[in-house]
Amino acid sequence: MSELAITVIGRDRPGIVADVAEVLARLGANLTDSTMTRLRGHFAMTLICVGPAEAEAEAALAPLAADGQLLATVRVVVPDAEQTSNGVPYVLAVHGADRMGIVAAMTRVLAEAGGNVTDLSTRLAGALYVVLAEVELPPGVAEQVTGRLAATAAELGVEVTLRPADPDLL
Amino acid sequence: MNREEGTGLGDWTLDVLGPPGQVRPVVSAPAAVLSRAGGEVDPTAEQTVRLAADLVATMRVAPGCVGLAAPQIGVGARVFAVDVTGHPKARIGHGAFVLCNAVVVEASRWKAGREGCMSVADLTGDVKRAGHLVVEGALPGTGATVRLVTDAFEARALQHEIDHCAGLLFLDRVAGAHAVYQRKVYL
Repeated sequence: MSELAITVIGRDRPGIVADVAEVLARLGANLTDSTMTRLRGHFAMTLICVGPAEAEAEAALAPLAADGQLLATVRVVVPDAEQTSNGVPYVLAVHGADRMGIVAAMTRVLAEAGGNVTDLSTRLAGALYVVLAEVELPPGVAEQVTGRLAATAAELGVEVTLRPADPDLL
Repeated sequence: MNREEGTGLGDWTLDVLGPPGQVRPVVSAPAAVLSRAGGEVDPTAEQTVRLAADLVATMRVAPGCVGLAAPQIGVGARVFAVDVTGHPKARIGHGAFVLCNAVVVEASRWKAGREGCMSVADLTGDVKRAGHLVVEGALPGTGATVRLVTDAFEARALQHEIDHCAGLLFLDRVAGAHAVYQRKVYL
């Protein structure tokens, strides 16, 4: 059984999710992890599913893309073994005036510290740019990373906070 | 810990439950018992006292576990155990106790926080919970009705367990589509 990575992106309209999900359900494709979100009027779906062959999924999605409003891609991926990590979860928030290179500079600081971004989204609202990221940092580096992020943010003229996201287990 | 502010338990202690209970397997979602409202119990019934003791015993053996509700050990009943003693986020704390048929009578100072659950092993989620809480319920064994005033972490734990007794998981209350996270697998 193959694991497929599918992306669908197109002009947002009611029913995109239902249309794509229906096609995949008819193929017997089981959606596992996915994110689907609206990005400035485009609707973007990134999903992993298990079941059909690559060609089958491509053929089934083709009619949806036929009017040129949706772009669908399908590729086979190798299922990953369960990942273990000793990273500590943090939430990074950056906001300020939009300018080139904010995401690049901030994520470089994280990467250099061995941090792994597990989720990231950005929004541009008027002149305001916002970055939110979930990141796993190696134990003991948070303070140093906070300092470097602050220095980088100062250079870019944006605000940054890094706070622990450790869940309360109940 | 400020025991004075939470005077509700009176002289009730775990000793009321008698000999230590059995450690029972913890049920994981998806499981029907976790999504069904638990039944009201007679807090003085022997069966309820045994259930209470089992909840405490099971809670004790799970590392970091601060609360456990009957549906989590497969019993559809409105009984749960809580013990937030020593937790860094706890302020008011009532020590280790078990409540039957508990209801929230006052809730305020809502605050979002990320929480996880023994019955949902791989996910956590951002959930708003009241930071000031008044709960009424009955103590197992004596059957005494108590009114507990609490805050901070104990308030969160009580709301989480009362939800379990109502057939709700934290997943039923997450803040939005981007508020559920893969829980890390620790080495």
